[in-house]
Amino acid sequence: MAEEKKLFKVKIDNISVEVEPGTSILNAARKIGGDIVPPAMCYYSKLQGSGGKCRTCLVKVTKGSEADPRPMPKLVASCRTNVMDGMEVANITSPEVQEARKGVVEFLLLNHPLDCPVCDQAGECHLQDLSYEHGAETTRYEFKRRTFDRIDIGDKIQLHMTRCILCYRCVFTADQLTEKREHGVLGRGEAAEIGTYIQQSLDNNFIGNVIDVCPVGALTDKTFRFKNRVWFLKAVDAHRQCEDPKCCGKTVLWMRGDEVFRVTARKDKYGEVEDWICDTCRFDKKDVKDWVIEGPRNIDRHSVISQGHYVGVHKPKDTLVEVLDGRQPKLLLDIHSISQVNRPDIDLSQIDGPAHSDDFNKQ
Amino acid sequence: MGRKLLFDKAHIEGIRYYDVYRANGGYGSAEKALKSMTPDQVLDEVKKSGLRGRGGAGFPTGMKWSFIAKPEGVPRYLVCNADESEPGTFKDRYLMEFIPHLLIEGLLISSYTLGCNSCYIYIRGEYAWIPDILEQAIAEAKKNGWLGKNIQGTGFDLEIYVQRGAGAYICGEETALIESLEGKRGNPRIKPPFPAVKGLWDCPTVVNNVETLAAVVPILRIGGDEYSKYGLGKSTGTKLISACGNINKPGVYEIEMNISVEEFIYSDEYCGGIANGKRLKACIPGGSSVPILPANLLLKTAKGEQRMMTYESLADGGFATGTMLGSGGFIVLDEDQCIVKNTLTFARFYHHESCGQCSPCREGTGWMKRVLQNIENGKGKMSDIDLLWDIQRKIEGNTICPLGDAAAWPVAAAIRHFRDEFEWHVLHPDEATKRNYGLAHYADPLEIAAPAAV
Repeated sequence: MAEEKKLFKVKIDNISVEVEPGTSILNAARKIGGDIVPPAMCYYSKLQGSGGKCRTCLVKVTKGSEADPRPMPKLVASCRTNVMDGMEVANITSPEVQEARKGVVEFLLLNHPLDCPVCDQAGECHLQDLSYEHGAETTRYEFKRRTFDRIDIGDKIQLHMTRCILCYRCVFTADQLTEKREHGVLGRGEAAEIGTYIQQSLDNNFIGNVIDVCPVGALTDKTFRFKNRVWFLKAVDAHRQCEDPKCCGKTVLWMRGDEVFRVTARKDKYGEVEDWICDTCRFDKKDVKDWVIEGPRNIDRHSVISQGHYVGVHKPKDTLVEVLDGRQPKLLLDIHSISQVNRPDIDLSQIDGPAHSDDFNKQ
Repeated sequence: MGRKLLFDKAHIEGIRYYDVYRANGGYGSAEKALKSMTPDQVLDEVKKSGLRGRGGAGFPTGMKWSFIAKPEGVPRYLVCNADESEPGTFKDRYLMEFIPHLLIEGLLISSYTLGCNSCYIYIRGEYAWIPDILEQAIAEAKKNGWLGKNIQGTGFDLEIYVQRGAGAYICGEETALIESLEGKRGNPRIKPPFPAVKGLWDCPTVVNNVETLAAVVPILRIGGDEYSKYGLGKSTGTKLISACGNINKPGVYEIEMNISVEEFIYSDEYCGGIANGKRLKACIPGGSSVPILPANLLLKTAKGEQRMMTYESLADGGFATGTMLGSGGFIVLDEDQCIVKNTLTFARFYHHESCGQCSPCREGTGWMKRVLQNIENGKGKMSDIDLLWDIQRKIEGNTICPLGDAAAWPVAAAIRHFRDEFEWHVLHPDEATKRNYGLAHYADPLEIAAPAAV
């Protein structure tokens, strides 16, 4: 069997990359990485059928393929358009794309309440990142924004439709991870909303994942609401032996001191979870004792969480010097290990000045 | 009198029923196709006829049919798009209501050509009474051996199902129609894959407009070559035009595509001129989504040629000075009509009908509607006009389905051609709520641009 698969050569913003046939433009761009990766608000690689809706990932195909070099007439959604051999794509090098993206961000923000100061998602919100990068400073919208009442779907999740950008990620999650379809989109157009119909609760051991996939603060963890700002919390990787065979048990604990404020799945730099976790892990295991902590989590997203953790740290003042009127304290003992000083043959009174481990090492 | 192909027998009493339809030569084309031709031969005839999709886009039907994937062991489907919901378009309703057997015969021939054994008519929910007419016609056809198993002893099987929509304009978009037919929310799919490869239940599917499928019957009757002699150039055959607005004789007309727009509006055979002796101000010749044209550009192209009722002539000049034939919803506006109000009506419609799947259309249509409402109610600002232009530009082409474009075009064209009227609304808010801008210069003869110096 010929194992060698033909790879497609693609050029994105003049950077070449070779990818397997069937790869989307977005994933090819992610393979290159860096600034040329189009933002994606609705596409989620772990969810089948997602993408194509938010239109933030629009790119220009300047050359269709080697066989058919005609450019594509319209901008295409890079998350749902597959690459062809020899395709050339312009993302950040195309003013047309940048302009269209700015338009899309404006559209997304039209009815968004911009209530970041009271939103739990702030700091890890994709819409926040997107508007920082591509949005305008002010809005041209002069009308009343659409609002919805907050709805509790189940006792652990709250839905605040006002913030929703209708990415459909949670709908796909609920469809694909849980057995029962009980959650979808109601209404149409501007009035469309995510809902459970007659406010049915969602009680399924995996439904908590809708919180993780939500790019904005529309679906929030009720056990964490208003408890803390994400950037005040320390994220650590942790795992536990989960009884649910579908749950990977690998999570991120968001802690302050010894207290676990919330548990989420591990997300990669595009904000996508590495593996799904069950609701027991997410909502019920809020004790450090339940977990084996692996180490600090590096949040690779350019949000505020990752900012300023290690640079510009303000060190506490050394009060001792202040008490001693500016005099440096005198070093009396500089001993690093008890075994070093366990030498009864050495007379301490014979040592001149502060005792140092070197004094004990002398033969 | 223009030659007719679809409505030539529409005046006969009782043509709705099988016996009368059959007695007047009905099912003759189907008999000819099924008994004496192979599917490929029928396809050839359709290709030769130059028939173009009557639903709006005008894509050659023969070519569309030849694209259908034909994998082994996978059923193929034919879906008839009867979800006619565009404001100003009501031609299919007439056809289905008065000569349902014409559609059924067309479906039979088309299914035979495509090799489909199940066929669906997806009909607009608001046409509440037509499914009954169709069901009755289907039952009659079945009783007489034109549907069901082994049709007329040829060994070809076909079942036609009528499915009612729930009242959504978006379900007229073919992939949304398929989603809805599958029992899901009518959201357009992201293409590719196209329905010809993966359509209804992931099987190859062809979606055609009612009129397109009905037109297959006369093509088989007179032959593809003869059919292509009707009309002008690439716009072959006849087209149903549903005329409405300020005209003396609104209604559905079958025209041969070789008459001029002027003749269509003013001749007694068709619209019979503008009602109440008023003057023509503007016209939307293809249903609400196509660009509106002022009277001077409507009757003559920018090059000074007479504008004809054909796909090419109406589109002459592109979006700058042209429009589209679209689905044939011919809306005429007289001098008393307000373009701003008219645009607002369309914007409100598209806002209401946006499915809400992709952001530019979901948010943008509502925004345009509100800005237009302000202008109409005398609260507009000069900058609003540029804002509208910017919004429509950011919707157009950036959406999943053509509804985004359809929402953007009317606004774009209204501003392009009637900017003075918008400005007048902004500058004279009090006056604008009391009276209309009137005809102004919109019917003045155009200056013919001299050919560009080389």
